[in-house]
Amino acid sequence: MNWKTFFAMLARDAHVARRNLVALLLQTMLQPLLFVFIFGRVMTSSGLMPENYKSMLLPGIIGMSMVFTGIQAVAMPLIAEFQFTHEIEDRLLAPMRIEWLAVEKVLAGMLQALVAGGFVVPASWLLLGKGVALSLNQPLLFAGVLVLVALFASAGGLTLGCSVNQTQIGLMFSLLLAPMISFGCIYYPWSALSAFPVIQKLVLLNPLVYASEGLRATLAPQYGHIPLAVVMGALLAIDAALIAAGLRQFYQKAVS
Amino acid sequence: MGIGVSTKDLRKIYTSPPPMAGPAARGRMMGRKERKKFEIVALDGVSLEISPGEVFGLLGPNGAGKSTTIGILTTRVRPTGGEARIGQFDVWRQQVEAKRLIGVVQQRPNLDFALTAREILTFHGAYYGLPSAERSHRAAELLDKFQLTERANDVARNFSGGMMQRLSIARAMMHDPQVLFLDEPSTGLDPQTRLLLWEIVREYNRIGKTILLTTHNMEEADALCHRIAIIDHGRVIALDAPAALKASIPGGYLLRLHVSRSTTELVARLEAMAGVREARQNGDRIDLYADRGGPLIGPIAAAVAESGTELYDVHISEPSLENLFLHHTGRSLRQ
Repeated sequence: MNWKTFFAMLARDAHVARRNLVALLLQTMLQPLLFVFIFGRVMTSSGLMPENYKSMLLPGIIGMSMVFTGIQAVAMPLIAEFQFTHEIEDRLLAPMRIEWLAVEKVLAGMLQALVAGGFVVPASWLLLGKGVALSLNQPLLFAGVLVLVALFASAGGLTLGCSVNQTQIGLMFSLLLAPMISFGCIYYPWSALSAFPVIQKLVLLNPLVYASEGLRATLAPQYGHIPLAVVMGALLAIDAALIAAGLRQFYQKAVS
Repeated sequence: MGIGVSTKDLRKIYTSPPPMAGPAARGRMMGRKERKKFEIVALDGVSLEISPGEVFGLLGPNGAGKSTTIGILTTRVRPTGGEARIGQFDVWRQQVEAKRLIGVVQQRPNLDFALTAREILTFHGAYYGLPSAERSHRAAELLDKFQLTERANDVARNFSGGMMQRLSIARAMMHDPQVLFLDEPSTGLDPQTRLLLWEIVREYNRIGKTILLTTHNMEEADALCHRIAIIDHGRVIALDAPAALKASIPGGYLLRLHVSRSTTELVARLEAMAGVREARQNGDRIDLYADRGGPLIGPIAAAVAESGTELYDVHISEPSLENLFLHHTGRSLRQ
């Protein structure tokens, strides 16, 4: 394995991300932070939502920010570079097995997702004001969930980026990502769906559910959540499946 | 010591539209009606032996298989059959080793638009493991050589077509490859930049590098290449030095006649004229291969008039690769 080439590509992605930092943060952070402000601040201070809703909301928002940053950071450039600008060709010709370029993309996407999580925690905390009760009793488990969520985001980005046509980007957002957010247990715990048993079962197909529930289980365990072992197992399986699918799709795009 | 390139009975059949191949390759569908299966035979047994230090040209119309040949030799297209080698390395089985030896300029600009011109070169160097100091030094040198120093710190997205092409070539040379692939290098270049490109190609070749270029521009193939393979429908139909290829056309000159009504008798009569080597009839058009041009017009006009036909047009072309292609395929390169 040619690590020099691998790290040079990682350095390239870091360089580009640093150059576009402000735009990237606005693109991925603005929407979650607006949600935080409306649901966590406006609704609670007006009494429409109880004060403890803040602590319930924050883990979901962290998960959503990470997942969408990771997906966008990997998928959008890949869609453009494979189909339109062909910018990726130079890196496909570099002296390294091309599968490693996909691995590099996944790693870069994970790092961006983690950075997004790192930004959204203090920013939302500030926006939410007083009354946020998060605890970090199991830091290692929390770190484990973070890594698995970041991996899910960027491996998902790889799969989407190598499967979606440029003309279908709008559909990807409206048909796939929007329902994923709505049924991703971001604004409510999974247990809140018990009144809708069919939906409650169906949403288990949505990987975002495990991201939100896992972060909630490790940051705000006072709310009922899916058992952590189940969450970790599901995330591991989803990550493995997405990596396998993503690598296959990437290879098919790269070699004709 | 330079590195050679060889292919043996190379075949490529696309079973789905190639995602990144040249747009021309999608043109020829040979779908089997009974199964409605998508199938394009892009290469049908291409064997080439390119010597170290040679400038070799692939000449052919759009969709002939030029880009597919380059695609296979640069690891981007999986061959359906046959073998392709860069030096001693099998391109498909030893991709990384092969990729180290080659530099590639694709038909379309594919620069990294997120980077400046200088960064495009230095990051490219980094992918090939060049040390930092050498990267900066070589990048500066190449920017200067390709007259891009003034715009070195601008993002390449805003460059003109000619500048992008120059930067693409500079990038391909950044890691000092032994074999340089140029796919249609002068498409869209102004005449001045084209001359600069030719000069750079010759200079790179003088230091012992092997160069493989594709073109449908006869002048370019003639000016640059030691040898040329003419490709059509995925097969090599002629291969030799440009001068030898031109000499192989019967007579050398081509006179294309457009008449009101062409008869076998007229064609036979034209073919029997002194200086005419071969006559071919295609509807109301007659192609004469001859060893002279202008002096034949008088006798031709007389012969046509005597057969009771009207002569609309005569076009004379001197010995060229274009005529050679026409002679082999019955079609013009530009069709």
